[in-house]
Order: sequence, then C-alpha cells, then structure tokens
Amino acid sequence: MTVETYTPRAFHRQAHDALGNPQIRSNFRRAMDGLMTKRRDVFSDWDLETLRELGANIRLRALARLPDLLEQLEANCEANGIRVHWAEDGEEACRIIRELCESHGAKSVIKGKSMVSEEMHLNAHLEAAGIEALESDLGEYLVQLNEQTPSHIIMPAIHLNTDEISDIMHDKTGTDRTRDVDYMTAAARAQLRERFMNADVGVSGVNFAVAETGTLCLVENEGNGRMTTTVPPVHIAVTGIEKVVEHLRDVPPLYALLTRSATGQHVTTYFNMISGPRKAGEHDGPREVHLVLVDSGRSRIYQDDELLDTLRCIRCGACMNHCPVYTRVGGHSYGTTYPGPIGSILMPHMLGLEETKDLPTASSLCGACGEVCPVKIPIPDLLVRLRREAVGEGRGNVHGAGVKRTKKEVAAWKTWQWLATHPSAWRGSLTMAGKLRALTPSKLGPWTQYRTAPKLAKRSLHALVKSHRREGEGES
Amino acid sequence: MSARDNILKRLRERTDGPLTAPDSDFGVVTGRGWSAEERLERFERWISSVHGEVLHTTRDSWTTDLVALLQAKGIRRLALGREHPVAAEARAALAEGEVTLIDADRDVEEWQLEQFETTDAGLTSTRGGIAETGSLWLWPTPDEPRLISLVPPIHIAVLDADTIEDTFFDVIEAHGWAGGMPTNALLVSGPSKTADIEQTLAYGVHGPRELIVLVRHAEERP
Repeated sequence: MTVETYTPRAFHRQAHDALGNPQIRSNFRRAMDGLMTKRRDVFSDWDLETLRELGANIRLRALARLPDLLEQLEANCEANGIRVHWAEDGEEACRIIRELCESHGAKSVIKGKSMVSEEMHLNAHLEAAGIEALESDLGEYLVQLNEQTPSHIIMPAIHLNTDEISDIMHDKTGTDRTRDVDYMTAAARAQLRERFMNADVGVSGVNFAVAETGTLCLVENEGNGRMTTTVPPVHIAVTGIEKVVEHLRDVPPLYALLTRSATGQHVTTYFNMISGPRKAGEHDGPREVHLVLVDSGRSRIYQDDELLDTLRCIRCGACMNHCPVYTRVGGHSYGTTYPGPIGSILMPHMLGLEETKDLPTASSLCGACGEVCPVKIPIPDLLVRLRREAVGEGRGNVHGAGVKRTKKEVAAWKTWQWLATHPSAWRGSLTMAGKLRALTPSKLGPWTQYRTAPKLAKRSLHALVKSHRREGEGES
Repeated sequence: MSARDNILKRLRERTDGPLTAPDSDFGVVTGRGWSAEERLERFERWISSVHGEVLHTTRDSWTTDLVALLQAKGIRRLALGREHPVAAEARAALAEGEVTLIDADRDVEEWQLEQFETTDAGLTSTRGGIAETGSLWLWPTPDEPRLISLVPPIHIAVLDADTIEDTFFDVIEAHGWAGGMPTNALLVSGPSKTADIEQTLAYGVHGPRELIVLVRHAEERP
C-alpha cells in the first residue's frame, strides 16, 4: 500500500488520482450512501427543523458570550481541580502538552480521538521529544499503523476496506490475515489493553465544555475515550476555544443532533462527563486533569459576522457524508485535517488561502451540506464568500485574501462590465465578434479539456429576435 | 501579555461589534408525556436495538435471577461494590456460591491487572434510565468506581423500572445536575462497539462485550 503525504495545494492532482482509483470510489460511495440513509431514518420521528433551530441558537448564544464563558469555564474547571492552559496556536498547545508530559517523566501517551490534536500534529511533536503517542480509537489506531492521517472526522479509516485493514494488521502487528472483523477487533482490544494500563498520560479531545459546571463531555462508542480519560494517572484534554457551551441543559439537544447527524445513531454507547480528577476517597480516575484551550485562528474567524458561523460546528461530519465532491474524491484529497465542506470553510482560516485556495471551489454548491448541517451553518454561502476572498473581493480578513486575483481576469471582467452597461458598445462588439467568429480559439485551457470550445453565432439572439419580429410585422 | 489575555482581548474587541445572544426554546427535547409502560417499552426497545440485553425481575427476587444469570454466563469472578444496597444484597445472595466476589472499593492501582485480565464481570447500580434513547445513567462512586462498568467483558447493571424518565434533558433538569456534578457522570447505552472496519459492527472493542440490564419491578408483572 502506498503511503502518501497529502497537501491542500495539490488538491486537484489528489482529487484526480482519487477519481481514478476504483477502490477509493467504491469504499466512500458505499459508506456515505449508508450514512445518508441512516441519518434520514433516525430523524424520522423528530421535529428536525425545530431541533436544528435550537442547536443553532445554543451555539450562537455560546459564541455571543464566548469570552465570558471561557472565563467561567476556566474558573469552574479550576474550582473542580482541573488545571486550565491557553494556547495561541497548535505549536504552543503542543509545547504545553509536552511539558506536562515531561514534568511527569512520561514516556508513553495514549490518545483518544481528537481532531484538534490532529490539527496541531501532536503525535509528531511528542514523538520528536521521545514520547510515544498511540491512538486508541480503533479507526485512528489502524490509520496510525498505516502511517496515514484520518480521511473522515468521525470515521478515520473509512477509506480502507476489510482486506486492506487485515493486511495492515498482519504486517504491523502479526495477526492472521482474515476477513473476520470480530477477530481483528479482539486483536486490537488485546493490543491496546496493555497500552492503556502502561500509559503515563491520556490525551483526549472534548465535544462540549460546559462553562456552568466546568464539565468536559466526550461522545464515543468504543470505550477507548473512557479508558484514556480514566486509566492513566494524568488526563490532558485539548479543545478549540469554540467548543464551550453556556449551560449543562444546552448539552442534550447538541448531543441528540451530533450522534444522529454523524452516524445515524440515536445515541452513542458512552457519553462521558468529566468534572475533575480523582477526589479523596475515590478509587479510580486520573490524579490530575488538565484542559488546554487552543485558539489557532479561531479568534480571527470570530471577528467577522459572516465567517463566525463556521465556529458553530459540532464536528458531526454530516456535511461530508452528503457532499457529492467528498463522496467521490474522499477525505485525503483535501490534504487537510478537516476535509469536505466544513474543512473547505475552516482550513482557509487555519492555513491561509495561499495554501487552501482550491478548497472553497471543491463544491458544486448544490446546498446539501447546508441542508443537513445540524446547527444550520450556511456552508454554501461561506464557500462563496471564501471564493470571493480568494480573488480579492471580500473584506480581506482571511489570510492570503486575493491570492487568486490575476490582472488578466480583472481586466477581462472590467471590460465585460463596461460593455454590458453601454448598449451601443455592447451591440457593436457583438456584431464584430460574430464577424470574427472564425478566429475563436479551439483551446480554452481546462474548459476544453473535456468539452468542445464554444463558437459565437453569426448573429446575436437579440438581433435574431429583432429580425423575426420585423418579418412577423411584414406578414400582417 | 499571556496567550490567555491575548485571546480574550481579541474576542472582546471584536471587529464587527458585540453579538446578540438568541433565546433557546427547549420544548423539542422535553414534554414527551409517556406513561410508565411506554417509557419501559421504549427503553427496552432502544437498548435492545444496540445489543443491550434486558432481563425483567422484581425487587424481591432479583438476586435469585442474578445468581442464575451468572451461572448461565459462566461468570466466576465478579467485581462489585459493598455499600450500595444493590451490591450489599448481591453479596449476601452470592456469599455461599462459587462466584468469587472481587472488592471494587479499593484503589485501582492495587488490582488493575486483576481487573483487566481475570475479572469476568462488573456489577453496578444505576441512578436511572432514559426512555428516549435506551440509556442508563451512572454516577460512579468510591463504592462503585468508574472502571467496573468498563473494563470487565460483561457489565451487569441493575435498574429500577420506576427510575426511567423520558429524556436526557428531563433527567438533567429533574435531578438538578447543574447544581453539583460528580467527578464523572456517564450515560451508557449498550456494550462497547465499533464500526471502524468497513462499517461492520463489532462489540467489545475496548469495553464490555455484553451489557445486561436487570430491570427491577416493584412487584411481579402480570
């Protein structure tokens, strides 16, 4: 199996390669079709629009009070015995986590699923410092064994089929080659149990951080999240600053939306709510709990009324499950931590438009992502906004704004605009273009890669209608 | 300035000015109005749909059913608390049998290997159930720590039928969770599972392979 490094700059090439890979096409097609059906069925008894409205309002309320809620979260976590750390970017967050590990002489870290830790490349950072970081979510574990990154934010190994996974496990862990999923799952259980017991530190993400009570909520099916946050003596949770919610009562609607939107489950196996380290008299749980709050461009997104909606995301992945582009090219083609529609509106802020200028165009603007988003993020509108930013027509407050602007294109559109607003010049140029139609080039860049170049008609529609009308008048 | 101060300053001095916080109407997640029978039926339907096993029993006879269950499942080593009435009654009923009772009310460091490798099942009480999703809610205590519902291959949970409520929101509100959260609060809905290998469901990936809920009724069901 080829291990590749994917980058957003190479989106077009990566997407082209994925489109030519029948295995990838079939793995994603089957998985996403199933997820779409399951989501539709699981909401059938619900007043979905009202629930989405509530979810959107809860997230907007949390964002409206974000600085106050972050301070409240910090105060309540500290009162519960959770130490809170703040990081401007991924690099600082990695340093904080590494230093915490080093202060405990940690040599091994076991990790629950956390997209923020993927975003900041925590594993590589820890490994460079001589600390082993092992993923404990089965999908993440398989992807890590295969020296890859996740291709979906909920189902990291969705791009691999059973045979491929069997090969990976056989090659890397010595298990038998088999199509028996129970056998492979049991093998992974046995391999990871020892690691849970021996890990010095457990690192997890956070689905919702409750300001009112200083509680960290984690959603999962496997139990690896509970193991990671309970067995090692130190638990470090890491999250983006936008994950805070105001009240505990805000959690049930968001949890209901998250599980149903993500995998079509009415509930996940475990919903784990952590409000502190092991207290005196308690017999298990970590002795220390830390929370690392990461900005990484989020406060920049927060400045702009329109772009702010991006921060409402609860990371369910429904937008990618329903995206015709994602379904065909898969998650790795995007070359970013967050793929699909949400990645296309989030990553330009994190990496700048120089790196990600093609991502906002990785959409047919069919609107499916916006329709299924459980918290009503207007993703298509934001994709258009970022396209405009990329050609220098937005407010310019996204890094790399204007990177796709070219003098030639600007001049062409300006000329078009002038002609379209000056009728006589428009008519004259059309007549002229009709006469010179033989000179129309047959190659027009990517447009003619799969199409025949258009040729202007001898006479414009306007002129044809006019002459038809004249003929009609003559007949009467 | 520290990262904390910088981040908060940027958020407070927002370019586009202060934001308005919309109201939230929680009506959609409450007010189901189900009867006790409907609640029980829904709870059982949903937890069964995710591979949870429900056994109905009574408060008077549940320990007899527990003994039979342990025998049927071949459980020889059972971890459980001591003080909670569920644990105390189970201990009394199992005192003379062949099942080895493992004390859970001691620091995990003392028995981690035993818990991970040779304990067949963990028995816990529950604080209640949720009809809408077929979930149990647990607040682990020093008597019944967190890991006995997670590490052994079988989790046996004892649930009183009259503690099943409609929704998660209702539970949080009715029991005033926001007024005092425990170190760890849990919803458990079925045994551990994964679909990470080509969307094929497999149970017991990290936690229990089986979740058995003994639902205790006040009296024999007609």
